[in-house]
Amino acid sequence: MSTPASEALDRHATPWLFAAALATTAPHAIHQPVWLTSLSAVLLGWAVWLWWKDERLPGRWIIVLLVAGGCAGILAEFRSLFGRDAGVAMLVMFMCMKLLELRSRRDAMVIVTLGYFLLLTHYFYSQSIPTGVWLLAAMWLVTATLVRLHGGPASATRDTLRYAGMLCLQAIPFMLVLYLLFPRISGPLWGLPTDAHAGKTGLSDTMSPGSIAQLAQSGEIAFRVRFEGSQPPKQKLYWRGPVMEQFDGTTWRRYEGRHPAAKLETLSPPIRYETTLEPHNQPWLLALDAPTALPDDAILTGSLTTISRKPINERQRFRLAASLDYRFNPSEEPPVLRRNLALPDDSNPRTRALAAQWRAGNAPEAVIAKALALFAADFTYTLRPPLLGRNGVDEFLFQSKRGFCEHYAAAFVTLMRAAGIPARVVGGYQGGEYNPLDQYLVVRQSDAHAWAEVWLDGKGWVRVDPTAAVSPDRIETGIADALGAGEPLPVFIQMRADWVRTLRYRWEAINNAWNQQVLGYDPDRQREVLARLGLVDTDWRSLAIALGSACGLLVAGLMAWALYQRPERDPVVRLWHKALRHLARRKVDCAPWETPHALLQRVRAEQPDLAEPFQRVVDAYLAARYGNTDNPLQPLRDAIAQLPR
Amino acid sequence: MLKDTLSGLAGRPRALDGVLEQAGQIILGKDHEIRLAVACLLADGHLLIEDLPGMGKTTLAHTLARLLGLQFSRIQFTSDLLPADITGVSVFERDKSTFRFLPGPVFAQLVLADEINRATPKTQSALLEAMEEGQVTAEGQTRMLPTPFFVIATQNPAHQIGTFPLPESQLDRFLMRLELGYPERGAERALLAAGGQRARVEQLTPVLGAEQLPDLQREAAATHAAGPLIDYVQALVEATRQNPAFQHGLSPRAGLALLAAARAWAWLAGRDMVLPDDVQAVLPAVARHRLRSAQGGGYAQAEDIAALIRSVAIP
Repeated sequence: MSTPASEALDRHATPWLFAAALATTAPHAIHQPVWLTSLSAVLLGWAVWLWWKDERLPGRWIIVLLVAGGCAGILAEFRSLFGRDAGVAMLVMFMCMKLLELRSRRDAMVIVTLGYFLLLTHYFYSQSIPTGVWLLAAMWLVTATLVRLHGGPASATRDTLRYAGMLCLQAIPFMLVLYLLFPRISGPLWGLPTDAHAGKTGLSDTMSPGSIAQLAQSGEIAFRVRFEGSQPPKQKLYWRGPVMEQFDGTTWRRYEGRHPAAKLETLSPPIRYETTLEPHNQPWLLALDAPTALPDDAILTGSLTTISRKPINERQRFRLAASLDYRFNPSEEPPVLRRNLALPDDSNPRTRALAAQWRAGNAPEAVIAKALALFAADFTYTLRPPLLGRNGVDEFLFQSKRGFCEHYAAAFVTLMRAAGIPARVVGGYQGGEYNPLDQYLVVRQSDAHAWAEVWLDGKGWVRVDPTAAVSPDRIETGIADALGAGEPLPVFIQMRADWVRTLRYRWEAINNAWNQQVLGYDPDRQREVLARLGLVDTDWRSLAIALGSACGLLVAGLMAWALYQRPERDPVVRLWHKALRHLARRKVDCAPWETPHALLQRVRAEQPDLAEPFQRVVDAYLAARYGNTDNPLQPLRDAIAQLPR
Repeated sequence: MLKDTLSGLAGRPRALDGVLEQAGQIILGKDHEIRLAVACLLADGHLLIEDLPGMGKTTLAHTLARLLGLQFSRIQFTSDLLPADITGVSVFERDKSTFRFLPGPVFAQLVLADEINRATPKTQSALLEAMEEGQVTAEGQTRMLPTPFFVIATQNPAHQIGTFPLPESQLDRFLMRLELGYPERGAERALLAAGGQRARVEQLTPVLGAEQLPDLQREAAATHAAGPLIDYVQALVEATRQNPAFQHGLSPRAGLALLAAARAWAWLAGRDMVLPDDVQAVLPAVARHRLRSAQGGGYAQAEDIAALIRSVAIP
């Protein structure tokens, strides 16, 4: 196969294309299946090897086979060729295959265009600062590749990079204007593929032994909170998630039916705060107990859980208020109480026996005290409890005596129900870490917690946290202090050296600022910012006008700058150009490389009547520009004035 | 010619006008080449003339030597020529019992090195060293060559049998390289009618003395080259480095050579300033033998030089 020489790809431009392909596809290796990453690496390596050895590129049928095989693999892996994951996988694969087809400039332009598109796809997966930095650098590289493709073989690497950098820098003002003024759309990015939110997890709506312990091993951030005014003490921070009332012997589940509306009586002034939830694909907002004011698109369930109308699958910000002391449903409906007394018939006989023994002649408060005293005596708080069998609560209470919060909560609620006190398990988060740098409270998956709630006549539902009895540290200072060394907590949570902590605080504060200020720039924020700029009550029309005029101003500014940067023209040259305009009106144009004498020859041939006066202009111009005279301008001006109109 | 188009700027009579005119009567129809050759000598540079045998190379060299009043010697290069045949040898004088140095043919003001590429590289380099240094080292003693000192070398095209092509580093020592080419029809008719010009060369009388030439060279070298003109020379040199038609670009020394040649050309035209026209006029003669064509590797093609000129805007 041959390509015209003018269209043939310069061999020395090819490494730029390899670099661009690598920079735009490599980060996808983090989440793509290993076989696809390996295939891409092999294709890239093959292309580089062929280029290095100056070998012939593979024939068309080999490419066709590769494409067919790759598509079949993607179809098998993702069950589709569309959607976020499969679509991105296809693009990555095509990018690497195109490198085996680099014959002409046109192929190279396909790589560049695909590279720009692939840059965007990374934002489907991560919008963090490192991603942003990487993609900016990659954009610079792709732009430099584009510059190199148009520059020809002589352009030096440094010049190419500098030129591309200039282009990118000039784009930044436009980027900022678009960012600030482009109409924001609330909620998820439109047009995002349906599988875009897969793989984001948090607290689940069921609880079985080990489920929270597993979550607690993750250092990921669940949400961030900023309080208005002073921060409440840590041991009072219970962030309520799902309330689990149904127990089948191993797993606690939510009651799916209808709850009567919650009757809440607040006993302390409300604390206002703003929470920024990371996506977890569940509806709960994890509001602080007990919520008193809710955002517009949230509702309060009968079990006091605040839920959003849609699952939280994007980072979202809510403003809430809570009262830490409250009375909740002091008169509860009998069906609810009955539900919260139920136990599977034939399970945990020893627990039932113990509870029955406690129940005799004791008030509920005394039973609770006995249970907590039992836990406090010789139980161990650990992330690595032994596996439990059929009668899990019996085994836990009488044999292993080692467990994590879900074991204590489950055992406590089982004891209470067996003793005739209505009780249920509440899932959520407890505590959090206060970052002194940006005044945010950071709550991580490792702060996931389960506690119990019992219903006492006259007091309503009262929170009892059996974990606090076993390990007071867990509630007062945090999970890292409550667990001994060797527990499988994330390393950076265990490290308590001051400098590590400071470093972590700083990084999280920067990330949070990024999330709040940059990614969290939603319609509300946009309205605030625009109001500060003097644009009140904006709709899309006024935004479009503002956008257009801002971009127009920027273009004008850049052009003014470019004109200002242009070296000042020699007045002699300016006069000469004036003379050339005269000629142009008579249909004689001067090529940039044409000398005045050569031009004069043509004028003689084409416009003989002009020859004489133009000769005087040429002489005056040459004397002024190339001669060694003191006052060169006047003769030239005179000669030009004598040119016939 | 150039002078016709220049009204107020040019036409100042020059001492070499007579040389150009008389040489034009000997070498018919080659005014441009004669002017280039004279400009080359005026810029104190050596000249390489390359063409087929019988095109008038030797006649041109001979004519210039006569007209400029230079002491002339001619070396016919052959494959068995030795360096000492050029530089000279010491002979023992029995009566004085001493060695006496007999200067070789290189000790002349104008040396015609005929068919230089027929000699071995060793012999070639003996002459080329003399061209570069202006002196000759033989038998441990360094002897100065006369001033002015010019070499006009002629060369047969490289594809002829029994040639040792000059390496690039030595080609660079020639300020210009010319091709004479076939004469025009009318000129050739006149030449045939006159029955050869060699005899007329012998009758020429010098137009000026050899001692005047250095003054003229100084005058030509002082021709004004304004800032924009130097920018133009620089732009041309840079363009050769980026042009894919050439294997490599011109060196800074080549840039200096281009400017010197342009100055001499401008001076010959009777001007006291250099114009872009001058640079364009001398560029092919100065640049072609210093560049390698990317296709084939020979001298740069004349069309490529023309394209190069068209690719550079005049500042």
